[in-house]
Amino acid sequence: MKRVATFRPGPVFLGRLGALLLGCVLFLAVAAPVVAPFRPTDINLRQRLLPPAWEAAGNTRHLLGTDNVGRDIASRIIWGSRISLSVGLAASLLGACVGSTLGLCAGFFGGWTDRAISWLIDVQLAFPFTLFAIFLLAVFGGGFVPVVAVLALATWVNFARVVRSQAMSLRAQDFVLAARSVGVGTPRLLRRYLLPAVLPSIVVVGSFSAAQAIMTQAALSFLGVGVDPTIPSWGAMLDLGRNYLQTAWWMATFPGIAIALTVLGANLVGDWLSLRLDPRGR
Amino acid sequence: MSDTLLDIAGLNVRFGDVAAVSDVSISVMRGEAVGIVGESGSGKSAAMLAALRLHPADTAIEAARHMLGGQDVRRAPERAMRDLRGRFAAMIFQDPLTALNPLLTVGEQIGEVLVRHRGFGKRAAKAEAMELLGQVGIADAAARIGKYPHEFSGGMRQRVMIASALAGDPALLIADEPTTALDVTVQAELARLIARLQRERQMGLIWVTHDLALMAGIVDRVVVMYAGRIVEMAPVESLYRAPLHPYTVALLESLPRLNTPRGRILAGAPPRVDRTLTGCAFAPRCASRMAQCSETPPLFSRGETHAACWALA
Amino acid sequence: MAARAPAAIFQRCLHGIAVLLGVSIATFAVAHATGDPVTLLISASASEATRAQMRVHLGLDQPVIIQYLLFLRHALQGDFGQSFIYRQAVATLVLQRLPATLLLAGTAFAIALGISIPLGVSAATRGGWSAWLLQGFSMLGLAIPSFWLGLMLVLIVSVWLRLLPVDGYGGLSHLVLPAITLSLQSIARLSRLVASGMREVLRADYIRTARAKGLLERRVIWVHGLRNVLVPVVTMAGLELGDLISSAVVVEVVFAWPGIGRLAVNALGQRDFPLLQGTVFIAGLGFVLINLVADILCARIDPRIRLA
Repeated sequence: MKRVATFRPGPVFLGRLGALLLGCVLFLAVAAPVVAPFRPTDINLRQRLLPPAWEAAGNTRHLLGTDNVGRDIASRIIWGSRISLSVGLAASLLGACVGSTLGLCAGFFGGWTDRAISWLIDVQLAFPFTLFAIFLLAVFGGGFVPVVAVLALATWVNFARVVRSQAMSLRAQDFVLAARSVGVGTPRLLRRYLLPAVLPSIVVVGSFSAAQAIMTQAALSFLGVGVDPTIPSWGAMLDLGRNYLQTAWWMATFPGIAIALTVLGANLVGDWLSLRLDPRGR
Repeated sequence: MSDTLLDIAGLNVRFGDVAAVSDVSISVMRGEAVGIVGESGSGKSAAMLAALRLHPADTAIEAARHMLGGQDVRRAPERAMRDLRGRFAAMIFQDPLTALNPLLTVGEQIGEVLVRHRGFGKRAAKAEAMELLGQVGIADAAARIGKYPHEFSGGMRQRVMIASALAGDPALLIADEPTTALDVTVQAELARLIARLQRERQMGLIWVTHDLALMAGIVDRVVVMYAGRIVEMAPVESLYRAPLHPYTVALLESLPRLNTPRGRILAGAPPRVDRTLTGCAFAPRCASRMAQCSETPPLFSRGETHAACWALA
Repeated sequence: MAARAPAAIFQRCLHGIAVLLGVSIATFAVAHATGDPVTLLISASASEATRAQMRVHLGLDQPVIIQYLLFLRHALQGDFGQSFIYRQAVATLVLQRLPATLLLAGTAFAIALGISIPLGVSAATRGGWSAWLLQGFSMLGLAIPSFWLGLMLVLIVSVWLRLLPVDGYGGLSHLVLPAITLSLQSIARLSRLVASGMREVLRADYIRTARAKGLLERRVIWVHGLRNVLVPVVTMAGLELGDLISSAVVVEVVFAWPGIGRLAVNALGQRDFPLLQGTVFIAGLGFVLINLVADILCARIDPRIRLA
């Protein structure tokens, strides 16, 4: 009987790596005006389609090259982090609020409340989400608020399911029964007793939801649904780079790496948090 | 083929620093029934798993001698062990609900032994499996053969396990607490069934249990284990009539009898397995404790009874 | 055994219908959320007469409930209106493109299963390089955007190495890259599930019994072990297949694959709402059906579920 292999690097290392990645992206987002050598909309037609600096035709002023109208890729990526992070965080927060509230109610009250909310969850999961998101955004148009709302729609289910199952097991526990027998009112019970107990799970799911939101937002902007016309979204950069794939590969490559590293960071942090905060597993 | 089915000397089973089994020697001859008695944590199950080299990956075993069916288990390749298991020596376990695969039919779980070890084809295996179900006392085998374990009661499930153990036509049957998880009324039936099958097939039998009373009519010899060591070995009648080791005495006294319905309860608890012990493990609970007991006693003999107690020195 | 199965299937069907109703309500609601659905559902250049006709067709002078029921009736008859850009019935268009998407998603699904199950079993039983590979897939598979991966694959394989065509539809060589791209995320999720499921199953008592019977290790792992992992795997696989159909959207765009995803994206660009609405509804229907099939499969694998 062979022993099952243990894997290194360990979760702590990976968690730190994730935090490092996210930290970098956060830093870039916040410090963009200072760190980025150019403005994202600076057009310079004489420097168009320059390859990255390490190539022969490259230029150290444009480390990652320029796009079809001479805009610096590196700067656009730095500025683009603002969109990814702001949308990711906002969507995750909104999804957390809505999802946790609904999950808490469903798990705690049971009965018809639970059945109704569970049905909502099932309907949501039955949707081919990307298609539905396209549909919604076609009707309501692009922009920060609609996109965040649609992404929250994608993530609320994750929170609702986890919080619901936890609430269901919590409501039978002694400390809750004791509080009720003393006459603690329901809103207070939910807020002061149940919420703190489910908070660790919410944080864990939050991390993964942020990753999901960032990825989905990139996909949506790749498909043409924008958030902010003045700042380039990484997905939109990929969409643009697609047309120049054969001639200027760097236009599509680097934004994609940025997306991957950010999502990876959020996922790794989520894994680490799930080990620390939620020992029973998601 | 010799008549010695299993011969182990000086078996040690370690789990990290913990010695689950220390210096245990057991042998079983063809047609002989041996009982191993001990509380939970006495190491009896661990010893039996080690006997078939079925011990979990995180335990280590070593023995001065370890022969099973003529093979040296210490050196045998896994292939050879797989050929022995199920065919030469079969084992049945305590909880038939978890020990049977919930997703395979009873017929498949018996039949696979026939296919693997006795060259049966699928259809012949099914017919033979029905025959075996009949032998273990399950009526209406034809209807039952396609059913799943959860559709049977506890006692019936255990009969299924016995049937799959018999399917290989083994020379040695090891029963690890086969009736412990069952209702009392069913326990006696099953015990009688196993005893009968053992006699009919002239198998060697090792019956592991914590229940001394149940073993009485079934086994020829008894081995008593405590904290991973053998404390007494005797023919069954000698053990019941004249037990030598204080622990065996206490065990027998704790059995309910007509005039003492509740039996006399032994104070204290067996030592925790995670402490390596020196000296007689039973000493803390022993009424006849002496200074000498701080050293581990060897087995002393009185006729056919062997007991590890300094009082016999 | 078989006698009880229809009851369970019936229950799942009812559940599926309830979910479908929800899908229909959502698709209906979105179009009507902006106030005047006619502007959405008719192209801007339509005459006033056509608009008036549409208003009657949609029942806009009637209460919302009636409108919804009308929508539902039309949907059940397969009438989702006309597409602006293509000037054809939406249902026809969607059903024309559906096979391409199903082919792509199905192939990606097959690739995902074909890699995940052996990889997960190997990682759980043997460890070593397969555990590393699994970890790698898990981490990267869920972080790398499929549309970027697709572009990179096109860049490397089609442009630089010239091994496969860049995009389009037409045969195995066109299917390879999109299917591989699409399968990555599913491989990440499924292989992790198989590995953790196997690890847990291999600790079970019946595995010990199987080994005590001297069965070949191959049988112990694949018949006794894997079968017990299949129920959660099939459940997730059902969700994955649905997910693949959804994620196929971006992959179809990258590879110019003529499926419903690409259709929807074109519709997005042109604000062709009837087409979008119809696509979403039909895709939702597909999802519900897939999950129903997955549930039925689970019941066949695990006899304990059948009797529940």
